[in-house]
Amino acid sequence: MLQTTQESFPGSDSTDFPVTAETRKRVLIEIEKILPVEAVIKEQSERRVYESDGLSAHKCLPWLVVLPDTTAQVQKIVKICAEHRVPVVARGAGTGLSGGAMPHKDGVLLSLARFNRILSVDTNNLSAVVQPGVTNLGISEYVRSEGLYYAPDPSSQIACTIGGNVAENAGGVHCLKYGLTVHNILKIELVTAQGSLLTIGSDALDSPGYDLLALLTGSEGMLGIIVEVTVKLLPAPADVRLIMAAFKSTRQASDVVGDIIAHGIIPAGLELMDKLAVEAAEAFVNAGYPLDAEALLLCELDGYKDEVDSNCDEIMSMLSTNGAYELRIASSETERLNLWKGRKSAFPAVGRLAPDYLCMDGTIPRHNLADALDKIAALSSEYGLRIANVFHAGDGNLHPLILYDANNPGELERAEELGGEILGMCVSLGGTITGEHGVGIEKINQMCVQFTELELSHFHGVKSAFDPTGILNPGKAVPTLRRCAEFGAMHVHVGEEKFPELDRF
Amino acid sequence: MMSEEKWQDTSSQLIETVSDAYHHNKQLNITGGGSKSFLGSPGTSVEDSIITTSHCGVLLYEPKELVLQARCGTPIAEIEKLLSDEAQMLGFEPPHFGDCATVGGAVASGLSGPMRPYAGAARDFVLGVNLINGKGEQISFGGRVMKNVAGYDVSRLMVGAMGTLGLIMDVSLKVIPLPRHEITCCFEMQPDAALNKMLGLSRVSLPVTGTCYFDHMLYVRLAGNEASVRAARKSLGGEEYDQGKLFWRNLRDQDMNFYSQEDIWRLSVSPSTPIDTGTPYLIEWGGAQRWYQRLDREKAEQLAENGSGHATLFRTSSSEAARFHPLSPELAEIHKRLKYAFDPGRVFNPGRMYADI
Ligand SMILES: Cc1cc2nc3c(=O)[nH]c(=O)nc-3n(C[C@H](O)[C@H](O)[C@H](O)COP(=O)(O)OP(=O)(O)OC[C@H]3O[C@@H](n4cnc5c(N)ncnc54)[C@H](O)[C@@H]3O)c2cc1C
Repeated sequence: MLQTTQESFPGSDSTDFPVTAETRKRVLIEIEKILPVEAVIKEQSERRVYESDGLSAHKCLPWLVVLPDTTAQVQKIVKICAEHRVPVVARGAGTGLSGGAMPHKDGVLLSLARFNRILSVDTNNLSAVVQPGVTNLGISEYVRSEGLYYAPDPSSQIACTIGGNVAENAGGVHCLKYGLTVHNILKIELVTAQGSLLTIGSDALDSPGYDLLALLTGSEGMLGIIVEVTVKLLPAPADVRLIMAAFKSTRQASDVVGDIIAHGIIPAGLELMDKLAVEAAEAFVNAGYPLDAEALLLCELDGYKDEVDSNCDEIMSMLSTNGAYELRIASSETERLNLWKGRKSAFPAVGRLAPDYLCMDGTIPRHNLADALDKIAALSSEYGLRIANVFHAGDGNLHPLILYDANNPGELERAEELGGEILGMCVSLGGTITGEHGVGIEKINQMCVQFTELELSHFHGVKSAFDPTGILNPGKAVPTLRRCAEFGAMHVHVGEEKFPELDRF
Repeated sequence: MMSEEKWQDTSSQLIETVSDAYHHNKQLNITGGGSKSFLGSPGTSVEDSIITTSHCGVLLYEPKELVLQARCGTPIAEIEKLLSDEAQMLGFEPPHFGDCATVGGAVASGLSGPMRPYAGAARDFVLGVNLINGKGEQISFGGRVMKNVAGYDVSRLMVGAMGTLGLIMDVSLKVIPLPRHEITCCFEMQPDAALNKMLGLSRVSLPVTGTCYFDHMLYVRLAGNEASVRAARKSLGGEEYDQGKLFWRNLRDQDMNFYSQEDIWRLSVSPSTPIDTGTPYLIEWGGAQRWYQRLDREKAEQLAENGSGHATLFRTSSSEAARFHPLSPELAEIHKRLKYAFDPGRVFNPGRMYADI
């Protein structure tokens, strides 16, 4: 019988790649044979551009940056790297918030920026075939004249790429009703760690064998390089209505979230912003938010007109009997988009309040929202760091934005420790350390908190099934068991220590 | 219906059985209620079964959270009853194929009912699983929250894996509100016109939750709040069909004469694929799922490939025939490696899906 030991998967325990100067030279020669000069970036100053993604606190200069624009080139690059055991890190737009696209110092950073074409739109089957470097919003804009759109809408949608969305299983403000990336794609073309090309998924609604499409969605560039994506398109809803509700306490706003959902209506989006986030967004884009609110809910309804009408009436009355002191329905498309603009630009808006911020992404059961926000506020004062909250309330997906100043010695570390405490709380409440931003490098230690050694070794098994030598994005997403031992955190069981420190406050 | 007193936790026995099988080079057929035992190949002369029905009960149901967690042996019928008391339902409308169907089997087989193209597939509603791997070890992935991207999505990988990667001990599912109102309209039509109508229905925002074309008749289910269903009904036209509820249930469970033939092929194709009318057929899912009688394998696979999809020999009296569409060599290799990662001793359902996994 075949036997496995927990660490027997090759590549699972090492992120070190002994890349010699000689290897580099050879790899470079081979790559320069297949790419035009302008697609190979060697200059240090030009490589700097790629040293981090949206998590700018963590930087690493890549050895080499390449910008291929054909699948054949990507295959050849990966083959060359595989042969010489050189790490490859894929990069879309670099808007990721967990350091997933942070380069490897001895590796090749493979940017998919030049894969920026929409290849075809099928208005019969409601799908579009796009290259991975196409922006999320680019797809919806392209098919708008057909009355169609691509549903997942991360706030970074102007910039982030569909390849990055698939790699992170990105969500957005409308995922409550329309699902995440995993629910909205049909097929991908994948270059494997050996450089071959695989089709995963199909133009039908399912495929034979294991659901590799689901497995690859959210795999953070660890299992293959996505070179083409077939997305599902939806008809634009006949009617859309946005309600803005202002509350005097975050508890009231949080509690009403569960009530709405329990009532049997699934809004298209249900977002919550706290006072600090509202102030920042208002100052940034003049969204028209009431500045005296402690918490603001944005609730969007869409669908068939008669349905929207009656759902809207029901929700308006629920909101007003549950403490909303100001209620507004966007009266025009301009007003609606402006109210959303405040929400969608909340991260950069909050970013203006301090030199740096960390964006957390834990998810919890909805009924714990109010308690969790209280706890976050308490942690904020304990650590002396301000926190703004702006998040996907309907999904229970928190985004505490921890403000800090990296120039103050030790402040980044304090912010990260605070973030770690918030994530630990999410796990103990039965939630997760990341709802949509991914683990990357940022939450790699918290993976040891959420999963047991045995579970992590199964992740290594999955990795090894696709990438036996571990050259794709090494050191990200799934920690080695050694790393967990060094980090020294204990696996937290759900409900085991409910709010262990709450009593202290 | 099973009473709550019958709910019990037999996980330690299940773990022991698997661990024992692993250490003694034995293989196990995972069996729930047995309602889907006809699916897939019978496997390579595996004599021992591990029966999951004793491990049953709802572990958590929070209507406000739209979450339900149940042990694998819990009958789906029981779960659906519990949900409907709170005006909720399983969004993938799982086929039962028998009163004894369990939730573990529903998830492992990954089948979805008529609502699939409009609400999502089984895998879309799975939030987390607790598993026993092929060595008899307990592991858990995902959770009970709506969004979770920590680690690879192993929970969804289990959906449709036919038990070949692990024994699902319990599963957390997202549930959805039960539509408050539902009606079925029907239209007598030729196949091409019916397909066009189905495609057209997907292009507009209408509260459609089921489509089926069979025997020259197109059936369309509308569901939502009363106002929207009524308005949609008006714009759609057609005849109102008063046996709708029964029709969709029988369709879901293949409780129709059509399915009593010897061999039934399932073709999963791109919706707009032209309809082949050579042998008797039934079309669902807006064109994306097609059932055929009397196809030979070559024809079935060719039709599926013409439609950029795949073919499954869903029901057959032959015990030898391969059931699932062949995989490319590279994909087959990845399947084998995944199998190895979760079930290195090939304890679970060997050969049920493909000969070598
Ligand atoms: C202001 C702001 C708001 C945001 N809002 C949201 C939000 O609402 N919802 C949300 O989910 N996220 C949000 N994000 C996070 C980020 O935008 C998403 O994670 C996005 O999916 C990343 O896409 P990208 O193209 O920038 O990918 P990158 O950051 O370049 O890469 C992300 C990961 O994907 C991998 N990758 C990229 N392309 C490929 C490919 N072709 N093949 C294989 N792997 C690849 C990389 O290796 C890396 O691990 C936000 C970020 C910012 C800065």
